[in-house]
Amino acid sequence: MSEYSVESMSAAIETAKEAAMSAIKNTADLSSLRALSAELNKKDSPLNSFKSEMGNLSSVDDKRAVGQLLNAATSEIAVALEDRSIEFADSEIAARIERESLDLTELLVSRRRGHSHIVTQATQRLEDVFIGLGFQIAEGPEVETDFYNFEALNMPKSHPARSEFDTMFLEYGETNSILLRTHTSPVQIRVMKSWKPPIYAIMPGRVFRRDTPDATHMPVFHQIEGLVIDRGITFAHLAGTIESFTKAFFGSEFTSRLRPSFFPFTEPSAEFDIRRADGEWIELGGCGMVHPNVLTSGGIDPEEFSGFAFGFGIDRMAKERHKVEDIREMYTNDLRFLRQF
Amino acid sequence: MKILTSWLNDFGSFGDDHEKLAEAMTNLGLAVESTSIVDTPVKGVVVAKVLRTERHPDAEKVHRVYVDAGDGKELHVWCGAFNMKPGDLIPLATLGTVMPDGRVITPRGILGIESHGMLCSGTELGLTADSDGIMILPSGLKLGADLFGALKIVSDCVFDLDVTRNRPDCNGYLGVARDLGAHLGVKVSVPQGDKAKKGPARKIKVAIDDKKRCARYNMTVISGVVVGDSPNWIARRLSNSGMRPINNVVDASNLVMLELNQPTHAFDADKVNDGFRIRCARQGETLLTLDGQNRELELNDLLICDGKDSPIGLAGVMGGASTEIGANTKTVALETAWFESAGVARTATRLGLKSEASMRFERGVDPYGIDLAVSRFAALLRESCPNLVVHSAATDIKEKTLPPKQKIVALRSAQVVRILGAKLSTKAISTMLAKIGFITKSTSSSKVSNSAVLKIAVPSWRPDCETEIDIVEEIARHYGYQNLGKVMPQSTMHGRLSSIQQRRRDIRELVLSMGLSEAMPNPFLAPGDLIKSGLPEDNAIRLANPLVYEESVLRTSLRPGLLKAINFNLSHRASNILLFELGHVYPAGQQDSVEGLPAEYESLCLVGVGESSALALDWWSQLSAVMGFGAQIDQASVESGYHPKRSATLRRGKQVLGCVGEIDPRVLAHSQINVSVACLELNLSILLAETPRVAVAKPVSRFPRSDFDLAFSVPNSQSAGSVIKALRQAGGAELVDLALFDIYRGAGLPEDSRSLTFRLCLQAADRTLTDAEVTAIRQKCLDAAAKLGAKLRD
Repeated sequence: MSEYSVESMSAAIETAKEAAMSAIKNTADLSSLRALSAELNKKDSPLNSFKSEMGNLSSVDDKRAVGQLLNAATSEIAVALEDRSIEFADSEIAARIERESLDLTELLVSRRRGHSHIVTQATQRLEDVFIGLGFQIAEGPEVETDFYNFEALNMPKSHPARSEFDTMFLEYGETNSILLRTHTSPVQIRVMKSWKPPIYAIMPGRVFRRDTPDATHMPVFHQIEGLVIDRGITFAHLAGTIESFTKAFFGSEFTSRLRPSFFPFTEPSAEFDIRRADGEWIELGGCGMVHPNVLTSGGIDPEEFSGFAFGFGIDRMAKERHKVEDIREMYTNDLRFLRQF
Repeated sequence: MKILTSWLNDFGSFGDDHEKLAEAMTNLGLAVESTSIVDTPVKGVVVAKVLRTERHPDAEKVHRVYVDAGDGKELHVWCGAFNMKPGDLIPLATLGTVMPDGRVITPRGILGIESHGMLCSGTELGLTADSDGIMILPSGLKLGADLFGALKIVSDCVFDLDVTRNRPDCNGYLGVARDLGAHLGVKVSVPQGDKAKKGPARKIKVAIDDKKRCARYNMTVISGVVVGDSPNWIARRLSNSGMRPINNVVDASNLVMLELNQPTHAFDADKVNDGFRIRCARQGETLLTLDGQNRELELNDLLICDGKDSPIGLAGVMGGASTEIGANTKTVALETAWFESAGVARTATRLGLKSEASMRFERGVDPYGIDLAVSRFAALLRESCPNLVVHSAATDIKEKTLPPKQKIVALRSAQVVRILGAKLSTKAISTMLAKIGFITKSTSSSKVSNSAVLKIAVPSWRPDCETEIDIVEEIARHYGYQNLGKVMPQSTMHGRLSSIQQRRRDIRELVLSMGLSEAMPNPFLAPGDLIKSGLPEDNAIRLANPLVYEESVLRTSLRPGLLKAINFNLSHRASNILLFELGHVYPAGQQDSVEGLPAEYESLCLVGVGESSALALDWWSQLSAVMGFGAQIDQASVESGYHPKRSATLRRGKQVLGCVGEIDPRVLAHSQINVSVACLELNLSILLAETPRVAVAKPVSRFPRSDFDLAFSVPNSQSAGSVIKALRQAGGAELVDLALFDIYRGAGLPEDSRSLTFRLCLQAADRTLTDAEVTAIRQKCLDAAAKLGAKLRD
């Protein structure tokens, strides 16, 4: 056994530390690092054995000096172990990230969401605009009585205008008494009867006419109709409402005009046209002040209340918005068509 | 109604600013459907005379025509029409002429022989609508003269007006001119009548049996008639109005009709036997009409008969062939009458005989315009018959049923303000109305209506104006719609979707997000479609007048339409066919008790091609989450048309909400669909009407939960649903979650059983459950399952 001195022990500690440090540096992976760490922490590891040998030093000062040296070496090794461990963890994550690489364009699958019919889309857009203008939405049956579809709308049994509607009648009840509504106007009467003025309502829905299908006509199509009944409603309110709707729905660059026309259920009656920014007038629909006879049919006193109504086709709106050439195409239910919108 | 600018100017100085006139008519409610320029002269077309014609042995469809175009030289022209003879005057388009269709005339010949121009038909020159070969010109024109100059044809503008039902007067020039004159401040004059002295009295006996249907009948005898072509200007006006010139008598009648909206009918007086009688038809009577058709008459048809009671005309609709004007007609018996509109409409509609005359009687003619019409007819006919004699003592019967010359309608000035929003003085109203012949008879004030009351005399040519609101409309038209202003009403209402509408939109949104696209099949089915879809058809409602037989049954379900859509898309090899429809159906044999209408409800149907019930159930569970309530899955009763072993009825209490499952393979076979189809069908009228409860917050438990799994061997006869129900009951309040997460069939299990594994989660709101409590609940669950024959697996 050699002499124990501060110098000799210090040198030995330094040597052992250097050996441990170089061993740490040389580990290849986390498991060999863990094995080395266990080795270095063993009681009889080179550094740990210095702890017992320290007792052989004579002076307290010597012991303290060597002890400090030993602690420093031990913690230096611990830090090195930790750093090396982090290095391994980092490179492992880096490798995992590399392994997990994905080609996202492989994963870009076509959208699974379904497609709303363009007539529904148009209807909802119209509804939303009118809700914004303070209207509520009323609905009614598609199968109607002669009373609601004609008689209550100022078209008594022999009225010549009836022939213009090409009505589809049902084999139900008395001959020609039950029919498929030819317009959404019967809902006006239903609203008048069941709501109380003030009435600000729109009535979208499916209507039926005995028209042979062609590029612009279908026997089954859709209309939207508006009805306002309140005290003090005038023709100017009709024009103002049409103008607000035109700007809200088509854009602020559009304007509207009313020109005289004829409908049995309104008087004065008008056609309403909208003008595009390029100056072209487009015919949109019919409107007018609700005829006193119609108010009376709806149980409303025409001397107390007045009102206006307007209506137009929805299918044409959808057709023109999406530049569909033939309206029949909208009803083929061909997914190749439906999925475009 | 076609309005020629040149003709309109006969009624007043309207000028020829087409745009201004079109705008004025539009503002008055006379919608201009189209505007076209007609009779535009074609430069280079001259008058030529046919010298001789010659066939060529090698040309079958054309011949050679030699003409003189005024310079005495013989020009050779190939021609495909054969209607000319030597001496005829014809239009020759000289070389270099640009025809209205853009063709340029070149010497391009046939068989190597050149053509020195082209002989023209009226159609080619834009002068007639239909063509009977080369136009033969009236004699006396100067050879080589410009054709259009020689015929005095100048270009004209034609407005095609859409005359609405409430303006019968505007089916004649006079009505249009009156409205326009009032609007533009142009003085309007009526056309010239016949000025010649009346001839000796000739009276024809007329008896009117049906005084309601025929309230005025004028029968005037006109002799000295020479039937022939009309003067050129009359023929041109008729052609440009879309009417074919026939002969001077018929043309004069048509011209008067266009001018005054008063149809007249000219009988050949020598062919009429012993006067006239106007009566309704008798059963079994027939009439050969002018168009050569033998018409079977009905009791309601009003007839013009001769004095021997034989029918010679359908009143207001069409004349009979036996008394037709012919080449040898010398004397005309001119009928100018007022027939009741509804009657004419009925007969014309029934016989499909909508003539220019019947249309006018249907809409309404001026019962007091008859005298002018007779006189105008004579004036026009006199142009081609200088020796015409209008005999005096014409028959003119006016029945008491004739509408009055003036109708008095009361108008409250306050009503004008109330409806139009424009404050107009009574004077302004009177002045405005006077311009269109509505005369204010008196003005008084009424305390009741707090308004001035004007008594307005409505002229006889406006039968549509009967009530106050009709007058208000006249004021609006002539005041100008654009002058009434645009004001948004001050609504006290708030716009919003109703709960039903909001829920319908939520459902649509969910269905779209589940990947289904919206179809809109035809709601009309072919007979047999319902049966093919496994549905009864006996009580389905049928259309009384379907367009086609294949679209004559109202759908009772959305399924048949969607099956057709599936079939269509499969035939186009579409993939991922997921469709839905939201629409009304009309269940067979049910009645809405209140109004006597057949029952009708809103249905939603979702279909998935190549999919199973699992998907349909997934749709339902998502929809029920959005709806806020569930339903019992009742497999014991399955609606026909669904797979009997893979479908269920969705019940909620006594109500049937719909069906879920797959389409019956037999239905698929009928529809030529060779893959399974998942289907969910719901009665939205029930679903949407329910208002879901608003959830009340419960505190979330702060105590730990105990989870455990139970795997049972369950006989196939016992549904998983019944086991779930039993476990739920046994678990009580502490069973906060229960999920069936594994189903296994196969080895280790009895033949008629499957393994169902559930995960149960126990938790109390107020404490940590003890082991003993968990064990006790677990045992309760096991006991309950055992009662259903479910055995715990190891």
